[in-house]
Amino acid sequence: MVLELYMDLLSASCRAVYIFAKKNGIPFDFQFVDLLKGHHHSKEYIEINPLRKLPSLKDGRFILSESVAILFYLCRRYSAPSHWYPPDLHSRARVDEFMAWQHTAIQLPMSKILWIKLLIPMITGEEVPAEKTEETLEEVNKNLQFFEEKFLQDKMFITGDHISLADLVALMEMMQPMGGNYNVFLHSSKLAEWRMRVELAIGSGLFWEAHDRLSKLADWDCSTLDPIVKDRISEFLKKYK
Amino acid sequence: MGLELYLDLLSQPCRAVYIFAKKNCIPFQLRTVELLKGQHLSDAFAQVNPLKKIPTLKDGNFILTESVAILLYLTHKYKVPDYWYPQDLQVRACIDEYLAWQHTTLRRNCLRALWHKVMFPVFLGEQVSPKTLTATLTELDVTLQLLEDKFLQNKDFLVGPHISLADLVAITELMHPVGAGCQVFESRPKLAAWCQRVEAAVGKDLFQEAHEVILKVKDSPPADPIIKQKLMPRVLAMIQ
Repeated sequence: MVLELYMDLLSASCRAVYIFAKKNGIPFDFQFVDLLKGHHHSKEYIEINPLRKLPSLKDGRFILSESVAILFYLCRRYSAPSHWYPPDLHSRARVDEFMAWQHTAIQLPMSKILWIKLLIPMITGEEVPAEKTEETLEEVNKNLQFFEEKFLQDKMFITGDHISLADLVALMEMMQPMGGNYNVFLHSSKLAEWRMRVELAIGSGLFWEAHDRLSKLADWDCSTLDPIVKDRISEFLKKYK
Repeated sequence: MGLELYLDLLSQPCRAVYIFAKKNCIPFQLRTVELLKGQHLSDAFAQVNPLKKIPTLKDGNFILTESVAILLYLTHKYKVPDYWYPQDLQVRACIDEYLAWQHTTLRRNCLRALWHKVMFPVFLGEQVSPKTLTATLTELDVTLQLLEDKFLQNKDFLVGPHISLADLVAITELMHPVGAGCQVFESRPKLAAWCQRVEAAVGKDLFQEAHEVILKVKDSPPADPIIKQKLMPRVLAMIQ
């Protein structure tokens, strides 16, 4: 039974898993769960992951969620080259540290930018108040600065000379605002250079293939959005106002 | 200089690191950083951790933050019993899954429960609207249900028959709302039984020692106005 990966490449977490699996020649069935059509709420998917989140991995009867856990599992199960998750105590700790920190420091705020810049105006027809936008952008800039000063420093990649899972996850999340035409890499040339190195280490072909759906998100016809899903989103969006 | 752990047992992640180090007889120097006195915001501590957060580990020149990373570092460096983070790929993956999931769910909701129910009114002298408190406690409730239904299910511990890093991180989080006076285990016999098992596996004395501070948190004296001013912005950001 082939490994199954339940994903929608609109999600940064899914892109990290997709790129890692492809880059390392890990055979898998891509089970597309369309977030825009609300398929993560379908009966079939809820059986896979009752939390209704992506990505999920299914390896025979073993089901796993959380992209960080999935990446570590794939690394170990398929004996990926050691630079992805170095055995050296300190380097490994740095990857673990980034993976823990990024949930709240990078993933959440980057996702917020996409909502504020694109999805909220698109779905509700209303702009988010400038104050809230400013607040979010300030938080993002602060955290990007920490990322540079603490994780990247003057190295080529987070652990040194080679790409690791930390760089992959970091970049996928920092690409998320691109869906709303917001480029966080204009912020600093150091960050932009690191971004290029990560893209090249992955391979530009694979990188852009993974980002195709995100890059077309602005063209999505959201009038097809299920009204129940639209209501749910509007409720959730109130906290941005 | 040996291993140094910068901790305040008021903080859930600090408790997890403290218990783990003590339980596994890992020698360390405890460097107490008192959060309610704003010591984490001092210039001296910023030299150790510019992110101004605890727990922080210092091992020679190597500095590490994030409790999950610290726990894994101690696990690998000190060759602790296998059950904390087993070699078995799937069990290990389940632990990783829990440790990733909990950041934005249980951690967040336990923190908010403590601050909305106790710390804002008692320590900061700020009223919290009943609506906000109810919403926070409802969110906590939903998360506790997920903890039971998705992670614990009918097992003795979160990932199987033995205690692991997942249980340690989870229990130290749950003690936050317990310290706030929330009846976390009421009508949750499964969770209550699991809590007993975790406490027994850790060792009752160590467990109680680690939780002495949080269990007395309701008696915290009000903050000095200068401290309050320093802490407020960070508190508000922390509990978002």
